[in-house]
Amino acid sequence: MTARTMGSRVTQEMLRRALEGRRVNIVNPLVALTLLISLLASLAILVVLLWDVVAKSMPVWQERGWSVITNDLSPRPAETGMIQGIFGSVMLTVIVVVLSFPLGVAAAIYLEEYARDTRITRLLVANIRNLAGVPSIVYGLLGLSVFVKLILEGVLGQISGRTLIAGGLTLSMLVLSIMVITTQEALRAVPLAIREASFGVGATPWQTIRHHVLPVASPAIFTGSVLTLARAFGESAPLLLAGAVLSTFFAAPEGTPITDLVLGEKYTALPIIIYNWSRQPQQEYIALTAAAIVALLVILLVVNTGTILARDALERRNRM
Amino acid sequence: MQARNVLGTSAPLDLSGDPRRLRKERNVRWLFLSAAVFTILVSVAIVLSLVGEAVAFLQSIASEIDEGLGSLMADGWFPRRDRFDLRTIIWHTLSVSIIAMLVATPLGLGAAVYLSEYARPGVRRVLKPVLEVLAGIPSVVLGYFALRFITPDILRNLWDTAQQSNLMAAGIGVGILIIPLVSSVSEDAMQAVPRALREASYGLGAKKWHTSVRVVFPAALSGIVAALILGLSRAIGETMVVAIAAGATGGSLLQLNPLYGGQTMTGAMASLAIGSDQVAGGVAAFQSLFFVGLLLFLMTLVLNIGSERLVRRFRQRY
Repeated sequence: MTARTMGSRVTQEMLRRALEGRRVNIVNPLVALTLLISLLASLAILVVLLWDVVAKSMPVWQERGWSVITNDLSPRPAETGMIQGIFGSVMLTVIVVVLSFPLGVAAAIYLEEYARDTRITRLLVANIRNLAGVPSIVYGLLGLSVFVKLILEGVLGQISGRTLIAGGLTLSMLVLSIMVITTQEALRAVPLAIREASFGVGATPWQTIRHHVLPVASPAIFTGSVLTLARAFGESAPLLLAGAVLSTFFAAPEGTPITDLVLGEKYTALPIIIYNWSRQPQQEYIALTAAAIVALLVILLVVNTGTILARDALERRNRM
Repeated sequence: MQARNVLGTSAPLDLSGDPRRLRKERNVRWLFLSAAVFTILVSVAIVLSLVGEAVAFLQSIASEIDEGLGSLMADGWFPRRDRFDLRTIIWHTLSVSIIAMLVATPLGLGAAVYLSEYARPGVRRVLKPVLEVLAGIPSVVLGYFALRFITPDILRNLWDTAQQSNLMAAGIGVGILIIPLVSSVSEDAMQAVPRALREASYGLGAKKWHTSVRVVFPAALSGIVAALILGLSRAIGETMVVAIAAGATGGSLLQLNPLYGGQTMTGAMASLAIGSDQVAGGVAAFQSLFFVGLLLFLMTLVLNIGSERLVRRFRQRY
């Protein structure tokens, strides 16, 4: 054996080892496991949270049954209930839908379908992005000074502007920017070819939008809007400022016209009740708060699942 | 011979269409434009209402309180006793936000790297909704969780000095709240890294973890930093978790130990808001709400613009 071939065999051996690497690769699976654990931690938190809330609410369901849902607020924890909050939250959501949905969709249509890339357009887009980042409690300040004080108590001369409409307007402003952004994304996902085909046969911009772009984008707009509304449903910080009542109050007598309820009566919302109950020192309120949270989460769950099912149905219809 | 058009007349053909239809088109366009411009009005209304009352606040403490503007540096934040020490609430906001980021950064980024680089499509379809569900949990719920689970069942077991309401629990609650945000924005950033970079790395013999941690992660760094800044901005502005779990609803002294209760900027606003229908304290207490709101607005605005810039720079590179 010559020195030369021996040398090359050594080199070959070194090369083979260097290429194959260590036999057992520990680092790779370790990193993968660490990463997976950090994701599973979120799952664990979610499970513990839900389990904790449901477990703490059990005594209330067993002792009180449905009365904890259907009773009015009462200073006595054994008799109190959350129906006023559920009613308030539903009414607020209706107001938010009526106001922010058309406004948000219209603004998004303008930005996506009409606007050219000018300085003004860029200002509008930047402004909407910033609005989406403003903390929700700051919207509460807007609601307090503009809707409660300036418009309702000032211009309209009401004794108290802390009514459903003030809360609804405040939440609408909060939701508006998010509504615009989700609708923009939905419109952007519509293929350009659809618009071009429509323009090609002589349709005007509005005809194109009305008959071709919106129908295709509608499932995504619908889902985005409902998810946004679900956020508004769970929102409470702005309502603290826009006049939701924390303590107990008498519900308006039966048969009060709906306009009076919206414009003139006190209101509260389900998340506000959760906030107020969670601050109470009495032991009974721990379980009561948990029960209110379960009610809130169940409502959100039903709405979200319903939306996803409805979207799938819409998409199937569109495809046919 | 004169040129004739299709109709056989010599007049130029009017192709502008039905004037009624044109008018309708213009009106619709104006309608949409005004909806878009309305969003500017919202911003203007926010700024005006904040600035107006904030200036009024400064004027009224300068003229009506003995210490004048010095009350902005008095001992502690007790608005109903005319003590408006901003350092107290800003420090508490920072300590809650730092704790929140310590929770959300490893969990959010780890989840993002896993979902973007490691998870197979099937696993992804199962695990990704977990973060989406977590994102849908209202903040009052996390406030309750922080107050009734994190403090008694976790913190009190680790440190028996922890108060019933404390900044640490609030910070952890806020952290949980922003995990989905941090993770989804940084996952988007990593997904935007071109495949070619990963393939080049594999081609040079790098392993999976090496590629993820040393190639993809740095390439997506500006997007990831943007995600963290956005998370920080959300943490600073989060109200309900702090209002429920951080305690000290009447006001507080500067508290360096996060195991004690203390009032943050948003916590201070929430507790002033509760009293606002009974007009507790002087006029200045009520106006301070707007002053703190303005500070909060400016802080989050700066952070959001910074994060937006980073995202844009990152998009341009690829």
